[in-house]
Amino acid sequence: MIRLLKDTFTSQVKTLWQVFMHAFVKADTVEYPETPPYMFPRWRGRIILSRDPDGEERCVACNLCACACPVDCIALQKAETEDGRWYPEFFRINFSRCIMCGFCEEACPTNAIQLTPDFEMAEYVRQDMVWEKEDLLINGTGKYHDYNFYRVAGMAIKGKDKGAAQHEAPPVNVKSLLP
Amino acid sequence: MQFEVGSALSIGSILLTVIVVAAMLIWVERRLLSLWQERLGPNRVGPFGLLQVVADMIKIFTKEDWVPPFADKLSFVLAPTVIMIVILLSFSVVPFAPGVGVIDSNIGVLFVLAMASLGAYSVMLGGLSSDNKYALLGSLRAAAQMVSYEVFMGISILGVVALAGSFNLREIVLAQADGSWFVIPQFIGFVIFLIAGVAESHRLPFDIPEAEQEIVAGYHTEYSGMKFGMFFVGEYLGLVLISSLITVLFFGGWMGPFLPPIVWFAIKASMFIAFFILLRAAIPRPRYDQLMTYGWLVLLPLSLVNLMVTGAIILSTQ
Repeated sequence: MIRLLKDTFTSQVKTLWQVFMHAFVKADTVEYPETPPYMFPRWRGRIILSRDPDGEERCVACNLCACACPVDCIALQKAETEDGRWYPEFFRINFSRCIMCGFCEEACPTNAIQLTPDFEMAEYVRQDMVWEKEDLLINGTGKYHDYNFYRVAGMAIKGKDKGAAQHEAPPVNVKSLLP
Repeated sequence: MQFEVGSALSIGSILLTVIVVAAMLIWVERRLLSLWQERLGPNRVGPFGLLQVVADMIKIFTKEDWVPPFADKLSFVLAPTVIMIVILLSFSVVPFAPGVGVIDSNIGVLFVLAMASLGAYSVMLGGLSSDNKYALLGSLRAAAQMVSYEVFMGISILGVVALAGSFNLREIVLAQADGSWFVIPQFIGFVIFLIAGVAESHRLPFDIPEAEQEIVAGYHTEYSGMKFGMFFVGEYLGLVLISSLITVLFFGGWMGPFLPPIVWFAIKASMFIAFFILLRAAIPRPRYDQLMTYGWLVLLPLSLVNLMVTGAIILSTQ
């Protein structure tokens, strides 16, 4: 009984005092719509499609994002321009399925698909959660400002032949025996 | 019409104030808890979120008031009313200020204890008539807890009664008129009464009958709508009652300088209400057997020793 009484004062009364002192600590939470919370730059939020520094779409419709997506919320169709560039004919993300895992961003070879710190995506109509390419495409480069896939890739397109890309050696003539 | 004990004006205003205060405590408790947990709490509905209570009321009144088909209808419906009636009846003997009160009963203390015992029927009936295993467990716990804590709740007040020489709550306040509050000679009695009061109104940390992490909601698992609301408000009424009783018995009731008596009473009572909410914020719930052990092996001997020492001192100084 003595031990219990001693515990009461060393433990319970101390707890009461410490919790009471929390009344003088600033609240940890913020009032959300008035005070927006700080969003970290790498936050995985709304998905965008970015453009390269020349203003062309970065997406080459390789379908890797659609394959990586664990909930199958990305749908796209490849098309090709006259100068040999690939682009998506349509690009559709169903945000009512999207779980913001960011696998699509990791899978993308051209840094086209990126996740942004925006999370305010509520809609009243479910169909409005399906975003088409014109909704997703932005006018900037997103997180990677200097990257231009066709400049560094070995693929030949109009105006850039094999071996003409940056840091690319000219193609080896396999029919020549000379070293 | 004027304020005097037992006048219609007095009764009406006490009834209204007590119920409004008990309802507002829903908001007060949430704000204070959030203050101590470094949150903001409900602050959207009306100024400072004051109208949160109104919103809660609208919600609870428009909810489906469902009686389970397997329940015992009569006692299921009666149970929530019992706790409200019993606690409101207890308020009738509380002296709020000179001239403000319902009756001046010369057995006021006994009346309050009797009403508190009747309150146990509410939770027992509610749990048993629900025909639900969690409700049954909750009511079993409630019955055992309330019966055992009533014992030394009564004994702890006896020291005050002996010092004041009266069971009349108004005379107990008048006995403290010279500023010698009974909390000083009866500190142990005060602490025991405080703990027993928490257990009696089954507030946290002694909310074992409705421990939501263990047995859903305990004895009011099957209740919904306004029947649940009566249990809910009844709990807050009990909190107000215990705070008022502590004020009357140990802290000199309405006595105090400068301010009007009723204001002093309100200040003192709200201090204890805030303290009970702090208890909820700070102390975790004990296990059921710990609660019983603590009651029977610590508080009961302590209150008996307190009573005997008080009696011995009174006899020796006469």
